[in-house]
Amino acid sequence: MIFLFRAIKPMLLLAMLVSVFVLGGCSNIAVLDPKGPVAAQQKDLILLSIGFMLFIVGAVFVLFTIILVKYRERKDVGNASYNPEIHGNTLLEVVWTVIPILIVAALSVPTVKTIYSLEEAPQATSHKDPLVVYATAVDWKWIFSYPEENIETVNYLNIPKDQPVLFKITSADTMASLWIPQLGGEKYAMAGMEMEQYLQADQVGTYEGRNANFTGEGFAQQKFKVNAMTQSDYDKWVSKTKKEAPKLTKKTYDYLMLPDAADVQTFSSTHLSFAKHGEDSEYALQARKRLGYKSVSPHSKTDPFENVKNYKRKLDNE
Amino acid sequence: MHLKWDEFFVTGDPLILGAQISIALTSIAIVFVLTYFKKWKWLWKEWLTSVDHKKLGIMYILAAVIMFFRGGVDGLMMRAQLALPNNTFLDSNHYNEIFTTHGTIMILFMAMPFLIGLINVVVPLQIGARDVAFPYLNNLSFWTFMVGAMLFNISFVIGGSPSAGWTSYMPLAGNDFSPGPGQNYYLLGLQIAGIGTLMTGINFMVTILKMRTKGMTLMRMPMFTWTTLITSVIIVFAFPVLTVALALMTFDRLFGSAFFTLEAGGMPMLWANLFWIWGHPEVYIVILPAFGIFSEIFATFSRKQLFGYKAMVVSIVAISVLSFLVWVHHFFTMGNSAAVNSFFSITTMAISVPTGVKIFNWLFTMYRGRISFTSPMLWALGFIPNFVIGGVTGVMLAMAAADYQYHNTYFLVSHFHYVLIAGTVFACFAGLVFWYPKMFGYKLNERIGKWFFWVFMIGFNICFFPQYFLGLQGMPRRIYTYGPEDGWTALNFISTIGAFMMGVGFIILCYNIYYSWRHAKREVSGDSWGEGRTLDWATSSAIPPHYNFAALPEVTTPDAFHHWKQNNVDVHPEKEFKKIHMPHNSGRPLIMSAFFGLGAFGLVFEWYWIGVIGLIGVFATMILRSFEYDDGYYIPVEEVIETEKKNKEAQK
Repeated sequence: MIFLFRAIKPMLLLAMLVSVFVLGGCSNIAVLDPKGPVAAQQKDLILLSIGFMLFIVGAVFVLFTIILVKYRERKDVGNASYNPEIHGNTLLEVVWTVIPILIVAALSVPTVKTIYSLEEAPQATSHKDPLVVYATAVDWKWIFSYPEENIETVNYLNIPKDQPVLFKITSADTMASLWIPQLGGEKYAMAGMEMEQYLQADQVGTYEGRNANFTGEGFAQQKFKVNAMTQSDYDKWVSKTKKEAPKLTKKTYDYLMLPDAADVQTFSSTHLSFAKHGEDSEYALQARKRLGYKSVSPHSKTDPFENVKNYKRKLDNE
Repeated sequence: MHLKWDEFFVTGDPLILGAQISIALTSIAIVFVLTYFKKWKWLWKEWLTSVDHKKLGIMYILAAVIMFFRGGVDGLMMRAQLALPNNTFLDSNHYNEIFTTHGTIMILFMAMPFLIGLINVVVPLQIGARDVAFPYLNNLSFWTFMVGAMLFNISFVIGGSPSAGWTSYMPLAGNDFSPGPGQNYYLLGLQIAGIGTLMTGINFMVTILKMRTKGMTLMRMPMFTWTTLITSVIIVFAFPVLTVALALMTFDRLFGSAFFTLEAGGMPMLWANLFWIWGHPEVYIVILPAFGIFSEIFATFSRKQLFGYKAMVVSIVAISVLSFLVWVHHFFTMGNSAAVNSFFSITTMAISVPTGVKIFNWLFTMYRGRISFTSPMLWALGFIPNFVIGGVTGVMLAMAAADYQYHNTYFLVSHFHYVLIAGTVFACFAGLVFWYPKMFGYKLNERIGKWFFWVFMIGFNICFFPQYFLGLQGMPRRIYTYGPEDGWTALNFISTIGAFMMGVGFIILCYNIYYSWRHAKREVSGDSWGEGRTLDWATSSAIPPHYNFAALPEVTTPDAFHHWKQNNVDVHPEKEFKKIHMPHNSGRPLIMSAFFGLGAFGLVFEWYWIGVIGLIGVFATMILRSFEYDDGYYIPVEEVIETEKKNKEAQK
């Protein structure tokens, strides 16, 4: 009996863990709680794969348990079934080669289909023109530019629901990754190039967005909120911002290029006219040079912002 | 770089200060003990300069266990920091340094040397050889590895550790974003250790192809030897890529070139590609020998030959080929075209086919066997369910469109710990326990060993299983803190408990090593488990004699030793022994490696004159070696007869 217990102990443990987590934590599993068609497609694929995987895990675990229990060494009854001469079985080996191949094939088809489908705007709203938003990662913040509306935001994103958003993703410095789990999966942001990604929200709400690729000291804080709103609310926000928000100057933008966290900010013009991170990978580094930022080892006693602060103080005094 | 002298040592952190003091005290204690007991000469003659594959193997494993401690403490500190939201145990930069060193050390300075150590001890015995093909080179491999590892390890007290992740993606790892000595330590430490690994790969490839005993055809080789052969081939193909990539980044950082930089038209994505073209085969370098170890253990303790030997060989070869065709799956999100992502999704999933074949073959090795639950067998049995969980989540990650949601999250973190711990680490422990009598002449205590297994294995599941869910809840890897509003607290806390259980497991292992050294019964037979099947158990004493086999055995079947026992063949017949040709020990590899270390240390701080001295030293020792005429020596026939007689009498 003790052997039986030992054999199934890991499985019991797993089953317990699974039930605790699944029952207790289901409500906030962001990836499985999509709010838009892109994340929904990914959720379907994930659930399909989980189904296949549970089947495989189940099959192996059952076989494992049976073999362990049945062929353990027993002093009391002897081992009548013991047969050390078995060296293989062609039929069996063919079976367990072919079945995995079939499973891989079965998973490949929906995977490839979804990969291609995610390249396009979501089907249901493909008749609408997408809202174009430039998403720019800078250490350690996100800058969103709306070229049509001539608006720029820092660390938050407002979008209308039921309209595809075409992100043009780039970075001013390190390699980052745009991720809004409830709207859809990641894409890297890299200086000197521009990546496109469609996302869309179907429901009004506020969603978490963040950089998911390690960018150094301020990485954990490189987050933003996504506010999905009705078309009319969105239009109201646009017109209000255009009237009230300040213009984004080159100088202000230079300060945004410093490696530091930033507050939520709004501007009524974009950086797209003077800074093209998609083509120019050196813009942020030059801005830092202009401000006198000094890149030093984290263990150095030199303050990298020393000159920046002095420069700012001088400006304030003038 | 203009390093100020007061920035040479890392200051301002009580944890690091504590480490600095304990390193100093431990060093003094070691020097004192060696001097007091007059052990310096013994250490130098018997161990440091040894070219004996068994001793080098033991030194590799010792180094790996120490590195397991270091990497493990890193891991525990990370888990301690993440146990609660907004924790301030570590600050961001300290956390970044720790996860970088944790990853690098565990893969390159723990898993690799542990497996290479076991390979060193076992493989020459399994093929019936007296040593490896290039014993001198073997010693040099060990010392270059050791110097690389030590150089990397001192970074946290001198100058600061690298903090750009073990993947060191550019441009983050470049001068603009990671200035200071930290990243240089990574580049030079890995470079030197990588040279050692490459030489090991060449050495074992040649050893297995050329040094097999009479009758040991390729298809009669034990499975561990097969996996070592294929691993060596992967090393020889993959490590040069790492060498070149590291050299290019070193040029970028030290000499102002622009291979991967943002300025002057560098291409950061090229680093990611080169890194993973080495990095993915690297994963198989640490998993294939593990498969070999489990194969030996399943057969031994089921008292059956391995099921589907040919299919096992074919599947490891298939895995090794596929391992070079999947690297893009590490960055499906880098904006590749749909066609590229589709291709790499399918190749990645295809790896599950040969791996699945192996799993079923292991299961059917036990089918109609007589399974005894020894502690090495427990590790092998624990491997199957846990590795399958790691494997199926790997297939999930391989589906690119879904991977966009898992990428860079704890789902991924959990997956690779499930395959690397349940695969590689379990195999290291299994192999250590299994071949412990071969190395030290006595077994580890079985009772304590089983406690170790259960505590570690359960702790491992408690630590990493919740992390799958953390990933799906949107927790990215490498964040040093999170807020209570994220809702990740409970699972993180549970995970931390599991991590500390693994730590307790490691302490039990250490206690077992001490306890068994004091109390375990000394073995006299070479076949310590009584169920050995391969030539490594056919030696005339528990710890094989220096020359391994007095007369090289001739095999006619797979599992030769088992076959002899079955047919009452006298394993150690009174033979006409001959004098045995053996290689001399040499201190030069150690000296050469020390020069490597010195030069690299200079380069880390950009003190080029030290770098030049180191380089001159390396070339000088190399030239001296080139003009050396050392044909080794002969063990006189009387000594062989004497030893064999003694061994035979001991067994009566």
